[in-house]
Formats: sequence, structure tokens, C-alpha cells
Amino acid sequence: MATPTLSKTDQMEAAAAASPFITVTFRIRRFNPEISEESTWQDFQVEIDPKERVLDGLHKIKWDLDGTLTFRRSCAHGICGSDAMRINGKNRLACKTLIKDINPEKPITVEAIKGLTVMKDLIVDMEPFFQAYRDVMPFLVTKGNEPTRERLQSAEDRERFDDTTKCILCAACTSSCPVFWNDGQYFGPAAIVNAHRFIFDSRDEAGEQRLEILNDKDGVWRCRTTFNCTDACPRGIEVTKAIQEVKRALITRRF
Amino acid sequence: MKIHKYDTVIVGAGGAGMRAAIESTKRSRTAVLTKLYPTRSHTGAAQGGMAAALANVEEDNWEWHTFDTVKGGDYLVDQDAAEILAKEAIDAVLDLEKMGLPFNRTPDGTIDQRRFGGHSRNHGEAPVRRSCYAADRTGHMILQTLYQNCVKEGVEFFNEFYVLDQLLVEEDGVTKSAGVVAYELATGEIHVFQAKSVIYASGGTGKFFKVTSNAHTLTGDGQAACYRRGLPLEDMEFFQFHPTGIWRMGILLTEGARGEGGILRNKDGERFMEKYAPVMKDLASRDVVSRSIYTEIREGRGCGPAGDHVYLDLTHLPPEQLDAKLPDITEFARTYLGIEPYTDPIPIQPTAHYAMGGIPTNVEGEVLRDNTTVVPGLYAAGEVACVSVHGANRLGTNSLLDINVFGKRSGIAAAAYAHAHDFVELPENPAQQVIDLVEQLRNSTGRERVADLRLELQETMDACVMVFRTEQTIKTAVDKIAELRERYRNVSVQDKGKRFNTDLLEAIELGNLLDLAEVMAVSALARKESRGGHYREDYPNRDDVNFMRHTMAYREVDADGRDSVRLDYKPVVVTRYQPMERKY
Ligand code: SF4
Ligand code: FES
Repeated sequence: MATPTLSKTDQMEAAAAASPFITVTFRIRRFNPEISEESTWQDFQVEIDPKERVLDGLHKIKWDLDGTLTFRRSCAHGICGSDAMRINGKNRLACKTLIKDINPEKPITVEAIKGLTVMKDLIVDMEPFFQAYRDVMPFLVTKGNEPTRERLQSAEDRERFDDTTKCILCAACTSSCPVFWNDGQYFGPAAIVNAHRFIFDSRDEAGEQRLEILNDKDGVWRCRTTFNCTDACPRGIEVTKAIQEVKRALITRRF
Repeated sequence: MKIHKYDTVIVGAGGAGMRAAIESTKRSRTAVLTKLYPTRSHTGAAQGGMAAALANVEEDNWEWHTFDTVKGGDYLVDQDAAEILAKEAIDAVLDLEKMGLPFNRTPDGTIDQRRFGGHSRNHGEAPVRRSCYAADRTGHMILQTLYQNCVKEGVEFFNEFYVLDQLLVEEDGVTKSAGVVAYELATGEIHVFQAKSVIYASGGTGKFFKVTSNAHTLTGDGQAACYRRGLPLEDMEFFQFHPTGIWRMGILLTEGARGEGGILRNKDGERFMEKYAPVMKDLASRDVVSRSIYTEIREGRGCGPAGDHVYLDLTHLPPEQLDAKLPDITEFARTYLGIEPYTDPIPIQPTAHYAMGGIPTNVEGEVLRDNTTVVPGLYAAGEVACVSVHGANRLGTNSLLDINVFGKRSGIAAAAYAHAHDFVELPENPAQQVIDLVEQLRNSTGRERVADLRLELQETMDACVMVFRTEQTIKTAVDKIAELRERYRNVSVQDKGKRFNTDLLEAIELGNLLDLAEVMAVSALARKESRGGHYREDYPNRDDVNFMRHTMAYREVDADGRDSVRLDYKPVVVTRYQPMERKY
């Protein structure tokens, strides 16, 4: 950067300084069983900078227009996994989706993720999702005496399961899966991703057990490779590939 | 109202809370009450690493680490605590590795280490590689690993339970903890948890600033619950402003970026940190770098049309290195700014990041009710607490360390206490204060809105008590906060329901922020010196004679029920290191 040629940064800064607000319609599926057993779509008009996040739009609605709008969120930058929702029919994190990237000319539809029971507005019951996660033994299992120092692991062995360590348990994948929609008993992609994270960890010694769990009738074989999960994952994890690797390990018993 | 009985109750399921839970669940019947699902905690946002003198890649030892921590904290650190932190760091990292944490590795297969701000070889000679890391998502990996081990240990969680009150009871002339009162988000029901031991691990309070790296949910709930019951808060004027937040948004870009060779530049492309910190340069401690950035901006060398930020330049680093070591933060730049860090510099500005102060504890995590007396059965660990290992300025990578070392210690100590003691009887109507608070807010018809008051508070804090402070700016903040606290009495919420009423909880959280903002401003006003994160332009020097002591802030209530902040001071524990001038 000896001679500052800052084209992209310059453009971005100029655009940010200009801050052109636009009016966006959010079309949100509302549900509150304290009021009605039926869900309804409700439109809100919001003045917003298109470079802001969908989450910012939801906050504007909650804070300025309707305090009863209910959703989960915390970190606001895609690392806590709280705010997976269906935005324009696709599962995304509201905090990682910029308004300008989803065609703000048309109403932006926002609804709860599918396949889990809606509790209120955009909040679903996460318990079945976490139960599936807990069922795959999502923790390192080792045998024998503990070493005094760290266990050794080569950089290559560490790299082998790097992708699946990125999971933030947001449920975007599982709740985009048609198999899961039809049958909530299916473990779902997120649980398999987290099993993968341990099966392919060279330090772990419970791969066989986890594979047996996933060999179940509600396990990996239910996956029909529709790739919805990979498209949905906000962490860019190759979810379908991870599932394929688990399937292959089940056949070859090599991992 | 429901009443539950547990040996140990832990408030919060971030790093400190879950590390404590892993210990206490093995030893006592434990419940973890958490306002978020466990893996949602902001521990997951920590990026760069966890310090420990493993000496895997170059010579290092815990004594150097202790020195750096004391110096980094501008000599307000309690040195006995810092020594424990640095010594136990090594086991803390090894514990996590054994629990499964996928650290990056050296070619020999040991845990790799990298440089980080303020960590040096031999008392400041040169930067040292002390930070153990997992790419730029070390906090995420710690949080996941701890949750995985909580699943393994069968830790019992009460998810989306907001602890709103700390029950203190006087027994035989001693103030003891009897338990906590919590609000269940899903149902609006109030729960009393009677417990022999309570551990607060509920995190920080950064949301009273506008530009902050903190999550929306970091509203100081634990600090406020204790403070309202008459317990002191220590060193609340010390808040860390992390040098590299994404411009305007405040999203954290790890110091690890500079550890990997990233450089801060002003609008002329100059590497300005060379002027301010000739040895450590871009890796000077955070308070120093943040002040340098604002000095550049004030003197007209800031970037962009408004000259209100500087650049973090990673363009000279190989793309493979960025992909391997800094994948998340480069992704943040692409997602939120639309720029490519391979080829373009990233606009940054200091962002409110970390509360050095909090609930005072000793090194076992026991909460203090004055300078020396512990509250039996009450513990705190992590950002909510003040041990004090961070003093006036925390070193990067020492917070992930803090939560592990003192989370573990408090988990063990709390369980041991629960074993040796009986339940303290609950006070009469234990939930009354919470019931009143909730009903008052739910039924209020006042005209003030939470969002307005919160924004005014955040803008005041950004303008008046951020990187640079003066008597005048702090007084402005004190007055404004007083006004906002008055207006808060007329706050009302739109959602009157019981089910998932986040509207109501945001109102309660705002009440916490307002109380803590007052404590911070009042503490800052009284500290007429500059030290670490607290920089007074009207008192630019450190004053060890008058101010090498911890602030202890108490809530006082007068006969009319009006409250105010009373300040007292506590000596700093000095063992090996006498205060010296702090140069980087
Ligand atoms: S794999 Fe991706 S989409 Fe699925 S839970 Fe994890 S982070 Fe979310
Ligand atoms: S709010 Fe944390 S992932 Fe969106």
C-alpha cells in the first residue's frame, strides 16, 4: 500500500457517507397464541439504509413501530447463531443479510424457520434441534491415561475436520431440509456436522459409536442430497459434503 | 412462582459460567441459569486467542506473562491475582486441549502460538508468541468445547431464564447469599432458586455504548443485581476501547490481525504507531493504540470523507495466510463493508469492548462486600467480576484466560462451600422485588420509550466517557444519565403479554444499563488522573500517590428512597513489581 490506490475502500466510504435511506416493506409472519391460534402476515414500512442488516430493520420495527414483534438475537454479526429465519423464502441469519442484497424494491418476507414449532412470531422451540445434537455424542472421547502435556496432532490432521468446527448451531441447515420437515425424527444436517467434527478428529476414539448412532433409521441414510443445507449455512460449511463423508465412513469404516 | 433448590446456581452460560459448571456439576447439584442458549454467549465473539506461556514456539515463562499483565493494566492489577492467572494459564490451555479444543498446531503437532498486543519477552524487550489460538475463532471454539463438555457432564441448564435479583440474608450478623430470583422468558413465570452457592458469570455491560463490539444482550444484569442489593462495584470507570472495530458498526476485528503482521495506517498511508510505540508499534497495548488512533483523527489525518477512521491494512499479507489465520474477520469485511481485504484496507475505529471493572472478588472468586469481607456463598467470575487481573487495561487474550482460570476456581470453590454448609433460609416473599418490577413495567402507561432512552444513553456515553474524557464531558454524562434515570420511571412497554416478552426484558435491561452507566461516570469523575483505559485530558498523567487504588462504588439510598453512588477506595496488591513508567 505504498501508493494508496484505495478504489473499493474509497467507493465504500463515499457511499457510506452519503447514506441514502430508502423505504422498505417488511412482510412478517406474526404468531402469538396468547392472542390467536392463527398466524397472519403483517406489513411494516421502514426507512432504512440498504447497507444495513435485516436485523436492523427488525429492530427498527420493534423499537419504533411495534414492541410486540418478537425474535431472538444477540451478537448481530453472525457468530452466536440466534437469528436464523426464513427471509424471502430462504434460511439466513438476519444479522448477516444486508437489505441491498435481497431486492428491497419488493416486500421482504420474514418468517420463522420451518420444521420446529413456532412459539411466537420468529421464535421456534429449539429443544428438538439441541436434542439431536446431544444425541450424537458431541464431545471428545479418549481412552487410556491423560498425557501431561497436550495431545499431539499434525496440522494436516487438524485441517481434516476444520470446516465442521465452524458450526454455530443456528439450525439454518436442519430447518431447510425437506426430509426434516416431513419427519422431525431425522437427526438433521447440523447434528451430523457435529458428529463429523469428532469422527474425523484424529484424537477421538468414539468414531465407531457415533457412526452406529448415525446408522440408525433416522440417521444419515435419510439424507437425499438436496444441498439445501449447504446453501443455507451462514458459516459456509460444506454441509452436504460432511454428510457424504460420514456415509462413506459408514460403508468403508475408515475415517 | 416456583421454588427450586440446588447446591450451586450459576448465572450465565458463557465461558466462565460453563467452565465453572463443568467443575461444580461433578461435585454438587448444579443449575445453570442463562438468558441465552449456552452457545449464544459473546465468549463466541472472541477471536484472537488465549495467552499462556507454553513456550511451544519460543522461550517464554509465566513470570514474563505476569509482568506484562501488570504493566498492561497500568499497575492497577492485583499482582497476586495476576501471578495466579499467568501460572494457571498453562493448565487452563492444556485442560481445554484435553477437552477437545482444536487449537492450531505447530509443525511438531503442539499448540501453535502467535503474537498479541502487550505480550513481550523478558519484560518488554520484544513481542513474544504467547497466544494459543484456533484460527480467528478461538472464543467460538472455547464456547463450543465447554458446551460439549457440559453435555458430556450432564450439566443442567435453564435456558432463557433472566436472573433479576440476588437474595441476601443476614444470619448471625453475617450477610450471606440465599439464592436468586429469575424470570422465565417463555412463560413470564417467576422462579426462586434457593442455593447454597451462587456464581455470577453473566458477562459485561458494553451496551451502554453505541459503537461497541458487544452483543445486544450485554447489559450488565449480574452487576446490577448485586449493586442494587448494596454490594460494591470495583473500578467501573475502566472500560477498554478496542482499537480495531469495523467503522461505525463496532464489530471486532481481532488484534491477531496485527499479530499476523497487519498495520494501522492514516490517510497518508503512514504507519503511525511507529511514532507512539517505537518498540511494540501496532502491538502496543489497546489503550495506547486506541488513543493513538483518535489522536490521528483529531489532528486531521483520519481517512474517508469525514476523516473519522483509520485503516487496518492487511494487503501485504499473502491471501493464503489470511484464509488460514483470519478467515472470519476477512469475511466480516466482505459481508458488512463490501470490500476485499486481500487488496483493500479496512476502515476501522476504536470500539467499546470490555469492562475491566465489576463485582469485586478474591482469587477464589468469592464476592467482597467491602474491601475485605466476603459474602459467604456468593461468587463471580469472568467479565462480570473484578479480581482484579486486568487493572486499568486488559491485555488481549487475557480475557479468554480469565474466564477459564477463575471460572474453574469459582466452580470448585462454590461446590466445596455448598458441601460444607446448609441452605440459608429464604427471606419472606423472596420474589417480591422482581414481581413489583415486572408488574410496574407491564402496567405502566408512561410515555417514555425504551429505544429512545437507550439511544440517548449510548450517544452520551460515546460522546462523553469514551477514549478521551475531561471533567466537563464526564459531568455532562452524569447529568444526562440522571435525567434519563428520571425519565426511565415513565417508561412503558407495548407488549403486555407473558409469552416471550422481549419488549419487557429490554426495558429491564435498560434499567440495568442506566444504573451501571451512573456508577461508571461517577467513578470516572472522581479519578483525577489518567491510567490505562481511563484517560483524562485534564489530568493526563498517572498519579500513583493519590490514585494507585481501586475504586469501590456503593449504592446509597436516602430516607426518601432516592439513590446515589458513594465512592470508597481499596488498596492495590503489590508483590513483585513497583510501578514504572509505561512505554511500549
Ligand atoms: S452447519 Fe451451518 S447452518 Fe447448520 S447449524 Fe451449523 S452453522 Fe448453522
Ligand atoms: S445475532 Fe448472532 S448470529 Fe445473528
